[in-house]
Amino acid sequence: MQIARDVLLQSYRAMRTIRVFEERLHVEFATGEIPGFVHLYCGEEASAVGVCAHLSENDTIASTHRGHGHCIAKGVDVGGMMAEIYGRQTGVCRGKGGSMHIADLSKGMLGANGIVGGGPPLICGAALSHKTLKDNGVAVAFYGDGASNEGFTLESLNLATVWKLPAVFVVEDNGYGEATGSSYACAGTQKDRAAGFGMKYLECDGTDFFSVYETAGEAIAHARSGKGPVMLHVHLSRWYGHFEGDAMTYRAAGEVAREKETRDCLNIFRDKVTQTSLLDPTALDDIDHAVDDEVESAVQAAKAAPWPEDKALMADVYVSY
Amino acid sequence: MSKKSFRQAINEALRQEMRRDPHVVLMGEDIAGGQGGTSGVTDAWGGVLGVTKGLYTEFGPERVLDTPISEAAYIGAAAGAAATGLRPVAELMFVDFIGSCLDQVLNQAAKFRYMFGGKARTPMVIRAMYGAGFNAAAQHSQSLYPLFTHIPGLKVVIPSSPYEAKGLLIEAIRDDDPVIFLENKVMYDDEEDVPDEAYTIPFGEANLTREGQDVTIVAIGRMVGMANEAADRLEKQGITCTVIDPRTTSPLDEQTILECVAETGRLVVVDESSPRCNMACDISALVAEQAFHTLKAPIKRVVPPHTPVPFSTPLEKLYMPSADKIEAAVKSLMKQHTHEVA
Ligand SMILES: Cc1ncc(C[n+]2csc(CCOP(=O)(O)OP(=O)(O)O)c2C)c(N)n1
Ligand SMILES: [Mg+2]
Repeated sequence: MQIARDVLLQSYRAMRTIRVFEERLHVEFATGEIPGFVHLYCGEEASAVGVCAHLSENDTIASTHRGHGHCIAKGVDVGGMMAEIYGRQTGVCRGKGGSMHIADLSKGMLGANGIVGGGPPLICGAALSHKTLKDNGVAVAFYGDGASNEGFTLESLNLATVWKLPAVFVVEDNGYGEATGSSYACAGTQKDRAAGFGMKYLECDGTDFFSVYETAGEAIAHARSGKGPVMLHVHLSRWYGHFEGDAMTYRAAGEVAREKETRDCLNIFRDKVTQTSLLDPTALDDIDHAVDDEVESAVQAAKAAPWPEDKALMADVYVSY
Repeated sequence: MSKKSFRQAINEALRQEMRRDPHVVLMGEDIAGGQGGTSGVTDAWGGVLGVTKGLYTEFGPERVLDTPISEAAYIGAAAGAAATGLRPVAELMFVDFIGSCLDQVLNQAAKFRYMFGGKARTPMVIRAMYGAGFNAAAQHSQSLYPLFTHIPGLKVVIPSSPYEAKGLLIEAIRDDDPVIFLENKVMYDDEEDVPDEAYTIPFGEANLTREGQDVTIVAIGRMVGMANEAADRLEKQGITCTVIDPRTTSPLDEQTILECVAETGRLVVVDESSPRCNMACDISALVAEQAFHTLKAPIKRVVPPHTPVPFSTPLEKLYMPSADKIEAAVKSLMKQHTHEVA
């Protein structure tokens, strides 16, 4: 598959940004300065980026509690995200949502979500808008293996098929919902679930950008062309605890270390593009440095930013009163 | 008797009831944790905040059932199991998640007995965390007890301390009706003396945490501690308060509230839930209707504003009721022009 050089560079930059953003949050969270719950996306970067590489601001995504990666991949401002996570006035949601509720509708980002399975029904609605308004847009729900067991999710698969919606259901299967393995919690297979609704099913290796990019391209093209919804099953692994503070005693010793060593999407990407001379290693190094600077200044700006003003408490409950 | 945390008190209540009655089963997400994990460690979490830790190890997978993330199915299963011979205690993790399974509570469990002409018993408990003050934002911070209190057929329990939590939870498990048992997530590490043996605290019997002459404060759950703190400060300023912890909002001990208001002639209600149609409204209506003639001043409600719970720390602080706000409310009542009661 031919991928344009600028797409490769942008995608690497997005994956790298997610990685550095999340690893920095891991460090900052431990200092106690970050309030609330934080769920990190490290290890899963290629999924968000490989899918969103096919989307424009005209397309819509819905995310999850583990939403930072999807936000970055969809173009939400990194500084605004960091400030949001710190609860500052300059945050993308003015400090009123926090990590689990980052959203930017101007970028087609319908929100992270504190409710597991909250996204798929919303994406049916977004897909209905795209279809009805004939704007050629598609709507993509990211959700986890755990969320695949919610009634909302299963109803959405049915509804999207019944309405023949331009929707893609991306199951990010990291093998766990909190501390419970999907081998325990998920009966049957995702593939058979899609088949049960007569829905097209595709799967890919979520640690390999190229695998995701190619498969997601097919899924999104299918949905965009009006042929109906697709389930895209992405196999990946999460590197940190369910949320910050989880000691992950339910995972075998060395499991995460092995994943990091053998299935790091950034290493896999770098090896592929440099071995095939698609990109020069120095181009990637330049991106690494730029990303480090961007995240560093996002953190500094967030810490220095003002808190929301008191009047923000009462604002925006309604559009009109 | 020994010092126990709110978390330990709940764990002990569950453990003692499970030992006593083999029909008691637990279900919920990661109440054990580690099922299907690669380390083989079971009981890896014991609940998201460790409240059920060790119960899987003692009672095994037949009595401590980890569920998929499928609230409608397992909360409904708890109702069905309760109606057919078990005594399930289902954990809903955050009460906000009731959105995903409300039908099973609202239209099923709560109504069986009445709809079936008195021929059903549904002895189930739903445990869930509630409350703001944890920076958990709008979908993990709600205090939804008025929603449940509104539904005939449900009993609703909101313990205000570790001692209360243990006795009320054992009562809830032994009760034959569906009970919603709400635990304030910022109180899990609170400690006090709690008896080692099992004991019960009856529903519908309010607890007076202190008695005074000037103002009656009715406070719910975590607000009881704040009300006591405010009352301590006020006492030093010569204002004495009665503080009532209703313990259960359904049934509600109306008698005690009315009697105390008759003595003090002033009422402040402190309620952490959204202010429209909440317990403060309900209790205010009770007193306005049945004890209007005993009031020396208007009723005052200390409640959050009618907004979702904001994430940012200063906004959340502004949102929450506090000892300061309660103190100010009491003082404002003492300053009101009062009419003489005949
Ligand atoms: C309706 C609902 N139920 C439960 C939760 C608590 N919860 C938050 S994340 C999570 C696990 C989700 O697992 P999965 O969908 O696989 O996503 P992952 O965390 O692995 O990315 C759970 C149970 C919730 N937020 N909402
Ligand atoms: Mg998962």
